[in-house]
Amino acid sequence: MSAPTSNAGHDEWLDALADGDGYALVCPDGHGSLPPRRVCPECGATALAEEPLAETGRVETYNVVHVAGPQFADDVPYVNAVADFGPVRLAGVLRGVEPALDAVSVGDRVAAGVEERATDGERLVAFRPAGGE
Amino acid sequence: MTDVRVAGVGLTHFGSHPERTGRDLFATAALRAFEDAGVPRGDVEELNYGNFMGALAEHQGHQAPLMAEAAGVNCPATRYEEACASAGVAVREAVRTVRAGEADVVVAGGMERMTNLPTDEVTEGLAIAADDLFEVRAGVTFPGAYALMAKAYFDAYGGERRDLAHVAAKNHANAVPNEYAQYRQEVSVEEALDAPPVAEPLHLYDACPITDGASALVIVSEEYAAEHDVDAPVAVTGTGQGTDRMALADREHLARTPAADDAADTAYADAGVGPDDVDVAEVHDCFTIAEVFALESLEIADPGEGISAARDGVTTADGDTPVNLSGGLKAKGHPVGATGGSQIAELTRLLRGDHPNSDHVADAEVGVAHNAGGTVASAVVHVLEVAE
Repeated sequence: MSAPTSNAGHDEWLDALADGDGYALVCPDGHGSLPPRRVCPECGATALAEEPLAETGRVETYNVVHVAGPQFADDVPYVNAVADFGPVRLAGVLRGVEPALDAVSVGDRVAAGVEERATDGERLVAFRPAGGE
Repeated sequence: MTDVRVAGVGLTHFGSHPERTGRDLFATAALRAFEDAGVPRGDVEELNYGNFMGALAEHQGHQAPLMAEAAGVNCPATRYEEACASAGVAVREAVRTVRAGEADVVVAGGMERMTNLPTDEVTEGLAIAADDLFEVRAGVTFPGAYALMAKAYFDAYGGERRDLAHVAAKNHANAVPNEYAQYRQEVSVEEALDAPPVAEPLHLYDACPITDGASALVIVSEEYAAEHDVDAPVAVTGTGQGTDRMALADREHLARTPAADDAADTAYADAGVGPDDVDVAEVHDCFTIAEVFALESLEIADPGEGISAARDGVTTADGDTPVNLSGGLKAKGHPVGATGGSQIAELTRLLRGDHPNSDHVADAEVGVAHNAGGTVASAVVHVLEVAE
């Protein structure tokens, strides 16, 4: 099974996130979403503007993955988290913490960037602890 | 609008049958459904077939005509794919087709072949029910996604792993007498707690197994049943479906499943019943926490209360509302594309009185089936009632 190696819209978004310029698409009513996107999924607006993500995100939930597919075989165990960055939430691998449930808390602040999967070097959204609550 | 009856149900054993082809599994289920229904193959006007990962597991696309010939029917045949809710939507479309008067006899069900693949490839295959760009590539696995939801639930409402272990113990106990179930042995709460982690806070016994199997139902109009003297005492009186944002991170609430709320509301209204009328339920417990979400969406439990339902004995075999008397996905097994049909088959058997666990619900009149796709980006709910 193979996934596409190039995804217009998403690739550029990852490039921006890697450069510290991560953004969300925001409609006139303030609904955030992620590219590629032509229509706001909440209200159908087509005027979508790029707005920067918050500097840090709040961890909303997380887990510790011990069993993964072949593409993450050498990454386990790892912490996966969903964090709120203002207009949108992101899912990513939380690095720089022990892979243990009690090493992280809901409410922790994290910064988002792009790092490589240990297994095959592919890019992935990664979080790092940013300190503070 | 005509009433819809379940004329017959057919299941394969749910378990590890890595050598059996998908076509053989579905043919077995269909054969049993025809035998159970007493309806001739030639009367079948449509086949609605659910399957999720056949392209990966069997290198086989375009499965509907293959399954029509395997079942020995020659009629319009369509494959439905809605991840783990594939057969649920296949049944729903059969109900709508019969109600609309477009057909009097429709076969609905599904099949999944999984154990022929190594576990890591199944894990990857299941993961594609999530958003590839923003979840799968970010390391979200299928158990991992439910672990994220479980952690969010614990944070919002409380609860602990022990509560989930009671769900596992309950469903394993229910599977013991079920001849179709993959795991027919009891699991204690302590054994569940001691199992190795898969995606914390979920451990091995919080997860359903990897399963091969098929389900088939013969769905008929009330008029057809009457005209042909077909014994079909169970009616499908309500159907509902809901959709949510694909990625978990995009959902309004990480510890609830609004798609299933919508499906339940629609199905209850369609049937003209309410949650208080439900005597028995089969719900989508792909993970123990998923049963909790299902109970709350079906309003069998209030938000934040579903977590303790098994532990408090509300949903056990002798509780007020027995849930997953089949063993559920957890212990009966979860051949993804077959599960939605299997739930209706088990509920039908429970309501007819010919299920090994029917004695627990001897007076039951109303049953509900809850089938979810992915992390409940899609959900299907059906209401079944004893009509005669």
